[in-house]
Amino acid sequence: MEIAFYLSAVVAVLATLGVITGTHPVHALLYLIVSLIAVALVFFALGAPFAGALEVIVYAGAIMVLFVFVVMMLNLGESTAQQERAWLRPRTWLGPAVLSSVLLLVLLTSLIGADVGGRIHGDTLTAKAVGTLLFGPYLVVVELAAMLLLAALVAASHLGRSEAHDEAGAVRHVPGTRTADGRGRAASERATGDAASSKESER
Amino acid sequence: MSWWTPQVAAIAFALFQAVVILLAAVGAAALLTMVERRLLGLWQDRHGPNRVGPFGVLQIVADMLKIVFKEDWIPPFADRGLFVLAPAIAMASLLLSFMVIPITPSWGVADLHIGLLFFFAMAGINVYAVLFAGWSSGNKYALLGAMRASAQTLSYEVFMGLSLMGVVAMAGSFNMREIVAAQETLWFIVPQFFGFCTFLVAGIAVTHRHPFDQPEAEQELADGYHIEYSGMKWGMFFVGEYVGIVLVSALMVTLFLGGWHGPWLPPIVWFLLKTAVFVGFFILLRAALPRPRYDAVMSFGWKVCLPLTLINLLVTGALILIFSPAGG
Repeated sequence: MEIAFYLSAVVAVLATLGVITGTHPVHALLYLIVSLIAVALVFFALGAPFAGALEVIVYAGAIMVLFVFVVMMLNLGESTAQQERAWLRPRTWLGPAVLSSVLLLVLLTSLIGADVGGRIHGDTLTAKAVGTLLFGPYLVVVELAAMLLLAALVAASHLGRSEAHDEAGAVRHVPGTRTADGRGRAASERATGDAASSKESER
Repeated sequence: MSWWTPQVAAIAFALFQAVVILLAAVGAAALLTMVERRLLGLWQDRHGPNRVGPFGVLQIVADMLKIVFKEDWIPPFADRGLFVLAPAIAMASLLLSFMVIPITPSWGVADLHIGLLFFFAMAGINVYAVLFAGWSSGNKYALLGAMRASAQTLSYEVFMGLSLMGVVAMAGSFNMREIVAAQETLWFIVPQFFGFCTFLVAGIAVTHRHPFDQPEAEQELADGYHIEYSGMKWGMFFVGEYVGIVLVSALMVTLFLGGWHGPWLPPIVWFLLKTAVFVGFFILLRAALPRPRYDAVMSFGWKVCLPLTLINLLVTGALILIFSPAGG
């Protein structure tokens, strides 16, 4: 398990480096997906397969799909890669890199010096244990998060709605007039992700 | 033979099981390419491929020879890395999902206690195959197909997860073996009928099967995301689709039809029989139904299926709370 932990941690770090240094947007996103899967494997190795599976389902399987989707729609060409290269001059990243390496040094010394307590062992945490904790001691946090998400959903559905669109929608309800542009409309709505989906369910 | 300890024997048997299940899945998918065309022919009152071998069974061999020896061409305008990666994701993510399906009481690859979630994770990763294939082809029809596919899959995965939560709540576990064990007396298709219906719809949509095959609609998109693929790379998408059919059928059998449970016959026969019935149903759908418009597919998912799964989940939860012993 320790080998699995360190291997996937190394993959996660390398993949994240690939995200930052990559100049091609879609390839950078692919690195980000690999990084998220590697983090999920870290969870598996630490004995939390429930968290690992959710990481893959939510982050790699849903959120990153929307990212990739939007980037593909933008159809960024060679010019963005050049712009990216221009931004990645050593002059730009050298200062922050030195400062954050000092922070990394502090973190490493504190990790090595102090007894962190935890050891990687074969114990696994079941989904039931996670659920009991979430709906027991942390119930208030879960409820607050649910309310926040509901508020975001309502706001997105409100923002995604426009007067012109509603009128156009009313015209389209006449049979036979909505086929031609119906498809393009649905596809462009997808691009705005959650806002579009909530609007779709509302209409 | 001092190294042949019981432990080594167990590992060898587990490996053997894994390889057999993998080969059976791929073999069944390849066989289906022929069976589907024969059944379509039967249901649409025409012959289908019946020239090669008895009843046309050697048609697979002919097709495989053609696919393998066809020129494997990568368009110069394609993004090479992603173009090669996409078919591999398409096939690997679906084949990996077979890992969690228990075939019989003693057969099955992995006994994960998050089994069902593992399937959701693999289905989530499977979206990238279509997305990357469509984008890296550098073809506008391919991109349109990929966009449709990702939007459709994302929408239908939302309630695919929700439709199975009723089953999980009744069985009290994500573990597939425990779900099958919980169905010993009553199959979950009876108490979870709406969950079954919505999962059936979602399963068809996620595998892009007819009537949810808008991502590859030949008439509008000239084949959608795999338009630029040829040879074995196209073959992997093709066989991957059938692997998806077998996978979703096997999942439906495991989750709703009691898996290997059944009278008289041995467990393996029951499992294979039930799976074959669902595979046949998938093909019958393709033979019988027209293809709806794309926006109709999307609004059906969000306006009908999603509310239905939510209500189903709420009612299931309430009934479990009412009938379970207090404090349980």
